[in-house]
Amino acid sequence: MPAQPPKTAATPRLVVDLRGVNIAFGRQQVLRDIGLSIPRGQTLVIIGESGCGKTVMLKTMIGLVTPSRGQVFFDGMDLATLTEKEATLARMRFGYLFQNAALFDSMTVGQNVAFPVREHTDTSDQQIQELVLSRLAEVGLPESIVGKKPAELSGGMRKRVGLARALALNPELMLYDEPTTGLDPIMSDVINELILRTRSQHPVTSIVVTHDMRTARKVADRVIMVYPLSRLAPDEPQIIFDGPPEAIERSGDPRVTQFVNGEAGERLMEMRKMADLRLTNQP
Amino acid sequence: MASQSKSLTRPPVGPVRATTDWISDLGELVINWVVSVGDVAEFFFRTLAWLVMRMPRRDTLLPNFYQIGVLSLPVVALTGTFIGMVLAVQSHSQFRQLNLETRLGAVINMSLVRELGPVLAATMLAGRVGSAMAAELGTMRVTEQIDALSSMGANPIQYLVVPRFLACLILIPTLTIMADFMGVVGGAFYAIYGLGIDSNHYWQNSQDYVGAFDLFSGVFKSLFFGAAIALISCYRGFHCTPGAEGVGRAATSAFVVSFVVILVLDFFLGIALDNVYLLIWPEGLHLL
Repeated sequence: MPAQPPKTAATPRLVVDLRGVNIAFGRQQVLRDIGLSIPRGQTLVIIGESGCGKTVMLKTMIGLVTPSRGQVFFDGMDLATLTEKEATLARMRFGYLFQNAALFDSMTVGQNVAFPVREHTDTSDQQIQELVLSRLAEVGLPESIVGKKPAELSGGMRKRVGLARALALNPELMLYDEPTTGLDPIMSDVINELILRTRSQHPVTSIVVTHDMRTARKVADRVIMVYPLSRLAPDEPQIIFDGPPEAIERSGDPRVTQFVNGEAGERLMEMRKMADLRLTNQP
Repeated sequence: MASQSKSLTRPPVGPVRATTDWISDLGELVINWVVSVGDVAEFFFRTLAWLVMRMPRRDTLLPNFYQIGVLSLPVVALTGTFIGMVLAVQSHSQFRQLNLETRLGAVINMSLVRELGPVLAATMLAGRVGSAMAAELGTMRVTEQIDALSSMGANPIQYLVVPRFLACLILIPTLTIMADFMGVVGGAFYAIYGLGIDSNHYWQNSQDYVGAFDLFSGVFKSLFFGAAIALISCYRGFHCTPGAEGVGRAATSAFVVSFVVILVLDFFLGIALDNVYLLIWPEGLHLL
């Protein structure tokens, strides 16, 4: 009889623990042998270019994407072995801010923020109303917004409503998927400040996926950089940097420094080569 | 040089290669079809499981009941009326040649309650509600709203599919009865006032040949149609590919697949119900 994998990990001080995680969609592999441990209270920033698998990694941590191989532990529990009820209880303990906020179109702002509270608790309507207003105030939004539909809001407001909704149940783990993408520099800084303020107000572990280096420098305790599999040799690790934000500037890896400094580097040469090849192929 | 290496990597397509390619494409098509049938079956059982485990909240049920039932009534009533009148026009021209105009009531009403009422109500529901459900859920999938539901510990099937499934299942018999009723009224109106058929003969004839079992069989079939529309449309929405094109394709295919499944189900349920009828009343059907 094969040995059963352990249901709980030996190190419960880790909030999230990925072990040998592989993710593939059909024939396309996105993540390969990812091992990552995130201790309680840490703010981890995951950087990397578009399409490298950052968001997939974030979704894997909370069970929205199931790994084709490997194990994902949340607070010592193996997500794959949880029952439906245990998974629901685990999900009440984290908040997720989606890239475009993913607010429910058919509901008002108030109903959106109240959704997790109504779904999981027996709180009275009066208390829910107060909670919604206080959560909206925490992210700097006025009371007048409660009755509006998400379509009536600007991108920055939608992000902040998404943050208020994610914080509604006082989560232990906050996940931010590209929190500043598509926002103006001022609103980006507001969101960065809100991430910091959330950490100072609640004892929360945060994981931020971004390609905005300002966010990484401002909020991170630790930064990891993920590299696209298509550009790696079969035996190379996919996480090419793991360390404090100060160390990223001193990294000797040209792939890291190019990303940090925003240089196209070899991509520009590849583009030129492709254009040349096209010209020579033409009759 | 580049074109030379390109021609070396692509062997010429001969008849053997073309045949094997064709067989492999066909195989892939069959495998995909089997996989998607399996997926829909799994989706159905998960929906049934959630239906038994936890009833949806009132505030998620009522908007769906309103959208699927109340808002579909006018269009179902209108199409029902016209299909009844069209039946009167078409069957009259045929029956007149046999001098059997007085039998029109039986033919029109039997066709309506057994076949046209349920199929028409289901088709209208698939067109009006099925494609809208697929587009709505598809948009929710593309904009990560379904992931957001999961991330907040709400099961998307329990929250999104079960209320729609229940609304379609419970309300399609009502819509079918409405289509039947309006069809009967429309057919009778044109036959009696337009074609001048004696109303006593018309109604007496209908009463003699159209029984409760006929009405029951139409309503019974509609339950299967409603369940199929809800499942197929929600499944298509849940498995929508990204982008506007994906949402559009989900909406179109929800209607097309629902319509085909309605007709296939109608055929098999028709045979099954006829056998049940003959089992209960072995003397059989005597229309003429």
